[in-house]
Amino acid sequence: MTSLQDRPRTEFEDNDQHPVGHGRMLRKEDPRFIRGKGRYVDDLQLPGMLHLAILRAPMAHARLVSIDTSAAQAHPKVKLVVTGAMLAEKGLAWMPTLSNDVQAVLVTDKVRFQGQEVAFVVAEDRYSARDALELIDVEYDVLPAVVDVRTALDPSSPVIRDDLDGKTDNHCFDWETGDAAATEAVFAKAEVVVSQDMVYPRVHPAPMETCGAVADYDSIDGQLTLYCTTQAPHAHRTLYAIVAGLPEHKIRIRAGDIGGGFGNKVPIYPGYVCAIVASLLTGKPVKWVEDRSENLTSTSFARDYVMRGEIAATKDGKILAVRTNVLADHGAFNGQAAPVKYPAGFFGVFTGSYDLQAAYAKQTAVYTNKAPGGVAYACSFRITEAVYLVERLVDCLADELKMDPVALRIKNFIQPDQFPYTTKTGWIYDSGNYEATMREAMRIADYDGLRREQAEKRERGELMGIGISFFTEAVGAGPRKDMDILGLGMADGCELRVHPTGKAVVRVSCMSQGQGHETTFAQIIAEEIGIPPADIQVVNGDTDQTPFGLGTYGSRSTPVSGAAAALVARKVRDKARIIASGMLEVSVADLDWDKGSFHVKGDPTKSVTIQDIAMRAHGAGDLPEGVEGGLEAQICYNPENLTYPNGAYICVVDVDPGTAVVKVRRFVAVDDCGTRINPMIIEGQVHGGLADGVGMALMEMIAFDEDGNCLGGSLMDYLIPTALEVPDWETGATVTPSPHHPIGAKGVGESATVGSPPAVVNAVIDALTPFGVRHADMPLTPSRVWDAMQGHPHPPI
Amino acid sequence: MTKINVTVDGVSYHDDVEPRTLLVHYLREQVGKVGTVVGCDTSNCGACTVDLDGLSVKSCTVLAVQADGSEVTTVEGLAGTDGLDPMQQAFHDNHALQCGFCTPGMIMAARDLLRHNPHPSEEEIREGIEGNLCRCTGYQNIVRAVQAAAGAAAGAAAGAGAAS
Repeated sequence: MTSLQDRPRTEFEDNDQHPVGHGRMLRKEDPRFIRGKGRYVDDLQLPGMLHLAILRAPMAHARLVSIDTSAAQAHPKVKLVVTGAMLAEKGLAWMPTLSNDVQAVLVTDKVRFQGQEVAFVVAEDRYSARDALELIDVEYDVLPAVVDVRTALDPSSPVIRDDLDGKTDNHCFDWETGDAAATEAVFAKAEVVVSQDMVYPRVHPAPMETCGAVADYDSIDGQLTLYCTTQAPHAHRTLYAIVAGLPEHKIRIRAGDIGGGFGNKVPIYPGYVCAIVASLLTGKPVKWVEDRSENLTSTSFARDYVMRGEIAATKDGKILAVRTNVLADHGAFNGQAAPVKYPAGFFGVFTGSYDLQAAYAKQTAVYTNKAPGGVAYACSFRITEAVYLVERLVDCLADELKMDPVALRIKNFIQPDQFPYTTKTGWIYDSGNYEATMREAMRIADYDGLRREQAEKRERGELMGIGISFFTEAVGAGPRKDMDILGLGMADGCELRVHPTGKAVVRVSCMSQGQGHETTFAQIIAEEIGIPPADIQVVNGDTDQTPFGLGTYGSRSTPVSGAAAALVARKVRDKARIIASGMLEVSVADLDWDKGSFHVKGDPTKSVTIQDIAMRAHGAGDLPEGVEGGLEAQICYNPENLTYPNGAYICVVDVDPGTAVVKVRRFVAVDDCGTRINPMIIEGQVHGGLADGVGMALMEMIAFDEDGNCLGGSLMDYLIPTALEVPDWETGATVTPSPHHPIGAKGVGESATVGSPPAVVNAVIDALTPFGVRHADMPLTPSRVWDAMQGHPHPPI
Repeated sequence: MTKINVTVDGVSYHDDVEPRTLLVHYLREQVGKVGTVVGCDTSNCGACTVDLDGLSVKSCTVLAVQADGSEVTTVEGLAGTDGLDPMQQAFHDNHALQCGFCTPGMIMAARDLLRHNPHPSEEEIREGIEGNLCRCTGYQNIVRAVQAAAGAAAGAAAGAGAAS
């Protein structure tokens, strides 16, 4: 056996793509995870800890008639049973959502989705808590459920949100972007117009670890510690302070290790609030960990957009305009996690990677009797939907014009010299070299060879499809003048402290859920200040320890916190330069920085290392006039713009003509996220996102029957890819740095999830060309592909 | 309550358990082996995979009382004083984990696979870990890690020393 210590250092391998710092550095997180020594929320055991379980509604829509908890309370191991009525007395029965709506913590008046929280039990162990749930007797008056978003606004539909004053329908909000009149004018004169209805079905991020929390209220100090699966610990702390009336300095959120987030762990869920209430009432630590079915049925779903898309072009393939009308199903409460001024997230980037004359989108969001959510699952605030829409439309246009889908895209790409490029919906893309990225993907895939192979196979009656997706992402929310979550600006803090011996600790406000921040943030600091990554500890997820910031989602860590890390290191380096000038007895201007040390210009032998400087900063010797001791700095970074990574994806599928089973045979993904901090970690991010995309395109859906019963509530029904459903990924990269980012890095975590579903669907539709199929909705399960082959594709409910 | 004697990671335990207690909860909450985790409630995800008397089992689907008299190995029992198990090392070297939540079960399943098939093809590896879901890695680096561990084991068997 070998040990980690014995292995040759790999940090300096593969610097070919100018990675920041130390290239393919292996992860600092791994040693604990591979030994089972991670610290996830359910691993926590505190003295006297109690267990909380939640009683959930068995139907989608029903008035609450009565709850009898006496039998549960009589259970010998039960400490507490709480109903909505009890929470209402404390003003805690409802809580604000991230979209300025309200959501019931526990049902007080009526149930609005199946799986909704009705009551909770606190017991000595998790089995007893579950036992006691069975002893609660609830009487419901069942109401008709509103399930289909297309009919939810009919006057005959029952009103779900009768808790809202004067609410007489299920309308949630309207939103639009772009110029309707200008777009109409372009469409009126266009030679070719293609229209396509498409559904991005409801799916779920389903992180391997479900949501959970341990609330620990210390009544002597008045201090609440909440160990919690949260991607945004600081935002959560502030919201708890506002909602529960606890002083913010007496709330400490500790996120620990998180077993995947994928956007599922951004919102505050009723379970967290229940755990806090339970700890306040019992004076004991209380653990709540949901099971998988609770996770799938009650926490943040993703997508659920019904879209009508239209694309206008000339006969020779110049795309002129895109417009769309969207019906968005938001479930029973608008719990969507998005910046306040962006109720449809960043769906406005639906113009994609193309230089258009006009664009317009209109959206109507509605309430239905389903769980809340919408923004999750690596969507970058609805960009999954935007990219799916435009990339399907471009393929429909290519089909109409009998043009190669790659040629059509290349003809319409925004050109490198057009950046920064302002889209017709007002987004300012920072940089891109789309054709180079597309051609790199074609090179890896041997695109022309694939088309030849496809032609030969079609001759033989075999169904092979080649699907293209070229996407532009918009990540790194965001400039505080435009973007806030419930009034909290989307900036991020970073604090760097260099210890006397030259080791360092960097504290960040973002929160890793597996993306490797402990490694990559050390690399950023290492690059800027010359301290080896191994000597830099990255701290995240503890609100007492880290500076304020908005957390990790929307691929915003590298764009915002990564920028903060680089800038805080430069701030420390600036101070180090002053200290070095004193040590070398020259002026600051006479010093050169040479990664890790300052030397006198023209005389490299006269130098001091950052470690020497750190010791001097903390030592007994003199410092230059006016310089404080210590070597540390902090910063709050307000990004001037988002970053716009992009990618070219090519998917190859084979469809079995007899069974309609789709096999993804190859998948080529070329991503351009600017400067690549750690290529190994980027590849892993891309691999994971591609698997998401294959899952969404072929397998995953949270469906409902007409009564509102959730049909995707367990891993028996909600299918996520295993190792057998996905191919060996073929990844590549181009590097077009973000000009406004301190190290030129763009976010990338969600790119593959955003970019891959249209590639898979485009490939399947391409394979079905002999059947004259122009579109079929996800998930393209064998039965749905079979239906499409028979000429009657049907949309999902 | 029922008395059981179980050896976990080489240490013998004598405990009272309810007959309905799942092995995974016994391991996590009574023995304190929280490295083995729970990812679902329908026996699909495999995050709870451990060795039970040389068989790879999903410990959410075994009662603790069924493990009476048995020997259980969890991911926490793999690394010795002389270092990591080759599969652990291979997962690290090949970036076969991200959030780390499926990793303990995945490592246990992958070791079991190599025990039964020391030189699996890529397809056999994918089939061999089909009972283990991962949401982060897209599986490819896990396949690479298993291949590397298989190579390391082959190298060790041939007296060629540890993984290069």
